[in-house]
Amino acid sequence: MLNRRDFLKAAGGCAGIVTLGGCAGSVDSRSKAGGHVVVVGGGYGGATAAKYLRMWSKGSVEVTLVERNREFISCPISNLVVAGERTLADITVSYDGLKKWGVRVIHDDVVGIDADKRRIRLATHGELAYDRAVLSPGIAFLWDQVPALNNADAQTKILHAWKAGPQTVALRKQLAEMKDGGVYALTVPKAPYRCPPGPYERASVIAHYFKTHKPKSKVLILDANEDVVSKKGLFVKAWQELYKGIVEYRPNSELRDVDVANRTAILEFDKVRADVLNVVPPHRAGDLVAQSGAKLANNRWAEVDWLSMESINVKGIHVLGDSTLSAPLMPKSGFMANQHGKVAAAAILNLLAGEAPNPEPMMTNTCYSFVDAKNVIHVASVHRYDAEKRTMLVVPGASGVSAARNELEGTYAAGWAKNIWADMLT
Amino acid sequence: MNRLTFACLAALALAAGPAAAQDPNQARNLAATCANCHGTNGHAVPGAGMAAIAGQPKETIVQRLQEFRAGKREATVMHQIAKGYTDAQVELLAAWFAAQK
Repeated sequence: MLNRRDFLKAAGGCAGIVTLGGCAGSVDSRSKAGGHVVVVGGGYGGATAAKYLRMWSKGSVEVTLVERNREFISCPISNLVVAGERTLADITVSYDGLKKWGVRVIHDDVVGIDADKRRIRLATHGELAYDRAVLSPGIAFLWDQVPALNNADAQTKILHAWKAGPQTVALRKQLAEMKDGGVYALTVPKAPYRCPPGPYERASVIAHYFKTHKPKSKVLILDANEDVVSKKGLFVKAWQELYKGIVEYRPNSELRDVDVANRTAILEFDKVRADVLNVVPPHRAGDLVAQSGAKLANNRWAEVDWLSMESINVKGIHVLGDSTLSAPLMPKSGFMANQHGKVAAAAILNLLAGEAPNPEPMMTNTCYSFVDAKNVIHVASVHRYDAEKRTMLVVPGASGVSAARNELEGTYAAGWAKNIWADMLT
Repeated sequence: MNRLTFACLAALALAAGPAAAQDPNQARNLAATCANCHGTNGHAVPGAGMAAIAGQPKETIVQRLQEFRAGKREATVMHQIAKGYTDAQVELLAAWFAAQK
């Protein structure tokens, strides 16, 4: 069992490393906060929060990151792995950089959260006591809405690849092994879901792969939504101009179930057989959030106070990223989760110092999508806190999309990935 | 923008700022919204193609952001992002990045 005292003992060694690293700058009042923050989930939200808590507190706040996976694997850019343009190694980053900031990284699963006693129980590392906890578990799939996939074996055959890792590689393999003239079908759940433009990007880059390697093949998008959810004009233009006869888009095509053996999507009025069937099931906040007792809207997404990212009903629990009930026009994106992590870090440091959170948080977002191996389109927005409505709203005029797909943004998309991975992990 | 205009804008920015409510770390917090693309504290990853803002002169940063906002400087994204920040926030951001080594 690891209690606070043990943790502080263990963290003592880390403090020396941070000082040697050149972080022993002048100490302002905010850095005297002290306390122990446990961050669960080392993705775009959690890793960012962990690093910024250490950086901004100048090492005075102890941070433990609990993360199941040994390495970070990025969802953004993973569609290029699926399309054969990148490898998994290209989107994998070590957690060692966070250790240099003095973050204690524990690879384990959380099995229980007691928000009253402020303790988190781990599968194999005992218990952690915290002053504040940050939950950034990403998404959980609603498998019960695709009954035939509600078992582990079926999930190895009909893939989602909506969490980057083994599924990404497995989907790539299915596509590489598919015969020319085959059909790849992708089902898109009703919004809100993780990464609004993601399904359309995936369809586009797979269409690019088919066009260049298997030109008789087809991409079929079975969208539960009534229309393309994100960057519609730019995606539709790419499909018409680059992939005529390859990409077919079907709106209002909500998935009811699948026939696993026949790789068939069962819709309300239709059955669609595919050679590669890729099902993105509807999802909700990672299970951890419900375990904490945090209020979920519609039993799916955590409602947070946007000044602090704290759950609206459970004190001391902050929720980030895709797990949150998004503010208006705020996408469930890695970029946004990174911004959530920074707002949470700033607020937590204030709260630990006995002060109110920053009353004027801001967040930006830019989502780049590849439509082929090089050309990219974006959607961008700036969000600021509205004190009256108590939520984040897009600043009027401060949003937009690309004028047209272009290669320059292809280089920026790659540069963005390098920079945000460094911003959260090194 | 000449030095006098700049000084006037800065004075305006100060005057327009909220009286007591502003978080003392607001410049730092705002700068963190730029870090996703431009690197932590404006230190962009070398060779990744993003502008490194850390240590740029304050006036240069203010001018660039104002030009993006006014549509006078070509951009893919920044003409949209820059419109999200007030004059006072641009001042805070520019001063903060200029002070980064």
